[in-house]
Amino acid sequence: MFLIIEQISYEGYYKMDIGADDRYNTLEKSMKKLSYEKNALIEVLHTAQETFGYLGIDTLKYIAKRLKLPYSKVYGVATFYNYFRLKPKGRHNVVVCLGTACYIKGSEKILENIERRYAIKAGETTSDEALSILTARCFGSCALAPVIVCDDVIKPKTTLESSTREIEEMMK
Amino acid sequence: MITSTAELQELATKKREENEKNPREISSERSTPFYTKQRRIVLENEGLIDPDDIEDYIAHGGYMSLFRVLDEMSPKEVIEEVKISALRGRGGGGYPTGLKWESVSKVISEQKYIICNGDEGDPGAFMDRAVMESDPHRVLEGMAIAGYACGANKGYIYVRAEYPIAVEKLNRAIKQATKLGILGENIAHSGFSFNIEIRLGAGAFVCGEATALIASIEGGRGHPRQKPPHLSDHGLWGQPTVLNNVETLANITPIIKNGGAWFRAIGTECSSGTKVFALTGHIKNTGLVEVPMGTTLRELIFDIGGGVEDGRKFKAIQSGGPSGGCIPEHLLDLQVDYESLKSAGSIMGSGGLIVIDDSSNMVEIARYFMDFCRSESCGKCTPCRVGTTELTLLLDKFIKKEATKKDFELLKEMCKIVKSTSLCGLGQTAPNPVLSTIRYFEDEYLAGICDD
Repeated sequence: MFLIIEQISYEGYYKMDIGADDRYNTLEKSMKKLSYEKNALIEVLHTAQETFGYLGIDTLKYIAKRLKLPYSKVYGVATFYNYFRLKPKGRHNVVVCLGTACYIKGSEKILENIERRYAIKAGETTSDEALSILTARCFGSCALAPVIVCDDVIKPKTTLESSTREIEEMMK
Repeated sequence: MITSTAELQELATKKREENEKNPREISSERSTPFYTKQRRIVLENEGLIDPDDIEDYIAHGGYMSLFRVLDEMSPKEVIEEVKISALRGRGGGGYPTGLKWESVSKVISEQKYIICNGDEGDPGAFMDRAVMESDPHRVLEGMAIAGYACGANKGYIYVRAEYPIAVEKLNRAIKQATKLGILGENIAHSGFSFNIEIRLGAGAFVCGEATALIASIEGGRGHPRQKPPHLSDHGLWGQPTVLNNVETLANITPIIKNGGAWFRAIGTECSSGTKVFALTGHIKNTGLVEVPMGTTLRELIFDIGGGVEDGRKFKAIQSGGPSGGCIPEHLLDLQVDYESLKSAGSIMGSGGLIVIDDSSNMVEIARYFMDFCRSESCGKCTPCRVGTTELTLLLDKFIKKEATKKDFELLKEMCKIVKSTSLCGLGQTAPNPVLSTIRYFEDEYLAGICDD
């Protein structure tokens, strides 16, 4: 671990006390398990996002270094896929599904209502970092449309009223 | 470890006896028309077996087909059986599975791959999720049989990260099968080895396209490439590769078990077997339905689906996701198969069917799909990247009722260009929702034109 810090600061990538951050150990372990394979980049990004909650620039640079990939490639892949977030999330998050079945059943209005209520747009986090509003393409729960997901729990057949109630419940 | 068919049968009998002692409760819903009018082949085990228990799958006849193939059949005979069944790719393309396997089996190469496409990106479709979650071993068995037929010893399942339960069930299934020696080296002393790994997608619709999916497994941005070379010559890491959809592979086990001719007898002349549809939208009974090919839309919507909800009037049914089209009421007696849907201006797609009632505006729905394709376009080729953006802007004009007659001509022209010049399936099919709504609901476009 010590060696890595040396390398990184030597090349002037960034200065950060990685040794003190346990999360980098978790990430390192998972890369080791994949034997630092360059083609396992997406797997590594998944682990990193799970560990850190999002993919910060520092994390991406670290991964690039360890997999011996150009940073541009890592950044390119991370920004290509919708699932990867480059900004931190709030303490709670609500995901509004905008898949076809949900859309037809009025998920756009549900989203607008939530956006208005918390005065932020989809993809943003409230200033007190309490809530993030996200959107999704489809959860494959179309028979329960429209769905919202409050902190990873799917809430089926939501309405304008029930969605705000569920969010308040979650934030308690 | 299971090393022979006899041992597999023994385990099956033991587990069956155990199951008889503690019969599982079957929901009374199974006797409603929603279920009784279906014919379940792919979903035969759905809800009836424990996906976390390999023994339960074996008790229901699981892995018997794989062992039969290893014991009695040559790879050529397996391919022949699949060719007789006339099974076609269930991911939407409808390419004959037997031919696909045959072309890979003929290529001489040290290393070949089987990839299972579980990147169910179509919004409004969840057939593959149900199969992977409720009957994961069926997918593994189909892949192993494909591997044997094509001479591949390595398989990848590409699953969306949005399906965490499917990933969990598949991982557990692979572990259990490997432990019993059903997957791994020298399966049942046959000399055939097969290993399966899971690769996670990360939310890109374009990764449902074969070459983009491969780019993603290789760890890059999911950009499609020009074909040829086809995957059968130059697939994953440049090696010959078979790419099959989850539902296609789930059909393999019953085909081997009951024979290709049995499968061929189900469905229509050019589309054999059954198809699983995800019935959603403004309909009373939502859920997964599996019916023989050739079932009419009317039967699907009214007999099985129970009709439009809240007493509203049926307006259209959307099939094929963002690449498909909307089918109006006067075509409800259309028999659903690959060709008839195509002739109606839509496609089979992966099987999402979304019922739309008369409260919806069709231009808005077309715009919704176009906006989806715009944001999911990978950006590699210009017609798709720029075309889908321009089309979205044009459709906005119609919705705001600010369009001109010239815009309408431009819209049609642009659809044609995007369709014929895009690099991959995403762009080539992106204009379908617009074209099909223009074809059947032109008056709603005309209502958005302000100069007369």
